Amino acid sequence: MPQSSISRPILEARDVRKQYAAHTALDGVSLAVPEQSIFGLLGPNGAGKTSLIRIITQITGADSGEILFKGERLNPSHIGQIGYLPEERGLYKKMKVGEQLIYLAQLRGLSRPDALARIKKWLERFDIKAWAEKNVEDLSKGMQQKVQFIATVLHEPQLIILDEPFSGFDPINANLIKDEILRLKQEGAAIIFSTHRMESVEEMCDSIALINRSRKVLDGPVTAIRNQFKNNTYEVEGQGRLLVVHPDFEVVEQRERENDHFYARIQLHAGTRPNDLLRFLIGQVQVHSFREQIPSINEIFIRRVRETMPETLNETANALL
Amino acid sequence: MASKFLLVAQREYLTRVRKRAFVVLTLLVPFIIAGFGVLVGKLATSDESAEIVDVRDTSGLGIAARLTQLSTPQLQFLPVAGSLPEAKQNFQKDKHAGLLYLPAGLDVQNPEGVQFFGKGNISLGKETRVQKALNEAFAELKMQRSGLTQTQLDQLRAKVPLSSVSLDEAGKEKDSNSGVTTGIASVLAILIYFFIFLYGVQIMRGVGEEKSSRVMEVMLSSVKPFDLMMGKIVGIAAVGLTQFLLWGLLSWGASAVVVPLVMKDEIAKAKTEVAAPNAKASPATVADQAAASAERMNPAKRANVISGAFEQAGKLNIPIWTIVFGFIAYFLGGYLLYGALFGAVGAAVDDQTDTQQFMFPITMPLILSYVVGFSVILRNPDGPVAFWMSMIPFTSPVAMVIRLPFGVPAWQLGLSITLLIMGFVGTVWVASRIYRVGILMYGKKVTYKELSKWMFYKG
Repeated sequence: MPQSSISRPILEARDVRKQYAAHTALDGVSLAVPEQSIFGLLGPNGAGKTSLIRIITQITGADSGEILFKGERLNPSHIGQIGYLPEERGLYKKMKVGEQLIYLAQLRGLSRPDALARIKKWLERFDIKAWAEKNVEDLSKGMQQKVQFIATVLHEPQLIILDEPFSGFDPINANLIKDEILRLKQEGAAIIFSTHRMESVEEMCDSIALINRSRKVLDGPVTAIRNQFKNNTYEVEGQGRLLVVHPDFEVVEQRERENDHFYARIQLHAGTRPNDLLRFLIGQVQVHSFREQIPSINEIFIRRVRETMPETLNETANALL
Repeated sequence: MASKFLLVAQREYLTRVRKRAFVVLTLLVPFIIAGFGVLVGKLATSDESAEIVDVRDTSGLGIAARLTQLSTPQLQFLPVAGSLPEAKQNFQKDKHAGLLYLPAGLDVQNPEGVQFFGKGNISLGKETRVQKALNEAFAELKMQRSGLTQTQLDQLRAKVPLSSVSLDEAGKEKDSNSGVTTGIASVLAILIYFFIFLYGVQIMRGVGEEKSSRVMEVMLSSVKPFDLMMGKIVGIAAVGLTQFLLWGLLSWGASAVVVPLVMKDEIAKAKTEVAAPNAKASPATVADQAAASAERMNPAKRANVISGAFEQAGKLNIPIWTIVFGFIAYFLGGYLLYGALFGAVGAAVDDQTDTQQFMFPITMPLILSYVVGFSVILRNPDGPVAFWMSMIPFTSPVAMVIRLPFGVPAWQLGLSITLLIMGFVGTVWVASRIYRVGILMYGKKVTYKELSKWMFYKG
């Protein structure tokens, strides 16, 4: 698979294996997260994403294989440079917001004065300054999520791992978090996004790795992957009666709409160029739109799984829906 | 990462000490203790005022006079006159404890028809005391009839002071005071027992809270499970020590203020009785008693008694430094051993209600050592039960501190502490393994089989 060549990776996993009593959680997974980028770790529930994250965050260790952080073997001295937002959110309920943030930051190696200054800044940015002296249990769920997000990034980690970061946020706050994530990237951090809802992060990710059934199925920069998987299919919308009988192209899908309108997907045979199709169409109908169909990551994933492990397709497809 | 361990311990300490429940409990308990002190004091003084038993003697044998002589501080006999029905009415009217009736024509050899009237049910203790005095009076009467003079009788009457002496291994004699020894042993055992229970359960709850609030995963990405567990155990130990220390100080202070205030009637009464002894049956004894009880109520004097007890303990055969050192060792060792286990239980279960099945095997040896300690070990501190229970790490913290004041051979103490340290290291190891796996395990009904598997999971 083509690796990102933008910059050297901040994190690299090499042939990582993890076995639990009954099942294999990770079966030789290798991937590289480029510096200052957003990396999507995608896959259905139970694919092994959380196992991999727990190894990167040093909650558990890999059975074999190695993890390199900035070229060094991962060790406890890296804890302060990694931030982690787990899917299962949780804070000490009976602790005040401010104290809790200080405590978590101190555990990540931040000094108390530094922590205080940064907390002030973040609470202002999220407009929850009035809540600093409140117990966490008195906060609404959305606000607790904001506090937890602050706790994740307060020590200004160079690698931020966000497991399902948008779950539990309303659309307005989700946008707020999205902007913050982009800003963090701008400031130099690398972000790992873990999600099973692939469409939600596709637009934000620079590169991705797809994991299914403990194995990496696909990885690389998003644009490269999508280009790699496009199959010369064009979407056409227009008016008129479309009738394609041509040796160079083939209709994959065609739908008639009211007022003599239509929608069609047409695949070009090898050697045929899009302009040939366009010319053919112009002679026949009124063309309103004409664009290449680039498959979504979701589609690529399903296709990829079908290619590699046909027997698991249904199961996986169900998990995705 | 020692600093993280300290941060965790610090958080555990501060969040608990600042809780309202902690403050309330810390302030309230000393007053409850002081209240108990007042209650016990009141009961003690009321018990100490002599019970008066009227004696209507129509036998003409002079029993009433002899009984008066046999009066003790607790029990005084008062000869009365008049008919039996009158006497019956009078003793109740005077609020006396009872009426002893000796009928006319009583046969010394075969005294039948002696009656004791009491108000309501007569307690066994009261009856025994009256019976004893009566027997003694008849014995004296018989002795006199058999030819002894009153002087000879007075000489025969003897109160033998009994002082116990204990021999140490070198054969050196020392005063022994089984009361003080037993007292020290009981207090130490109770302290350890309650400390482990009260704060061990807090460890379990704390872990349970971290688990149910799902904060665990965030914590684990920063702190090693072992540091998290030990930080919690040590932090809560500090909470416990703070609370015990405050209880000790406040109880002392509260009894210094509250007791004299509430008990001032008793103290004043005792003082006037000392100052102006009236013409009661045996005024000197009553006054002495009252003075003694007044003195006991005086906190300043009581403090002296405590420091005096330490001085005395030196004179007695009580190994003070062994006790101090041993208590600290077993206090810490026992708490850490059980604390780790409580932590593991908290980690193993999802739901607080599920803790019962795992609590039982943990608390069993602790309760056993407490119960057996007070029933068997205290009576026979050198017996085989005492020996074995003071060797097993799960029971030794309570069992051994009970034995300490009675003197324990050095090799036994050494072996027991070594075993305790090994036991402590072992349980912490086991507990940290269970903890490490359990804290991230949700929605699984845990069995013992499952737990034993966790111990061998790889990191």
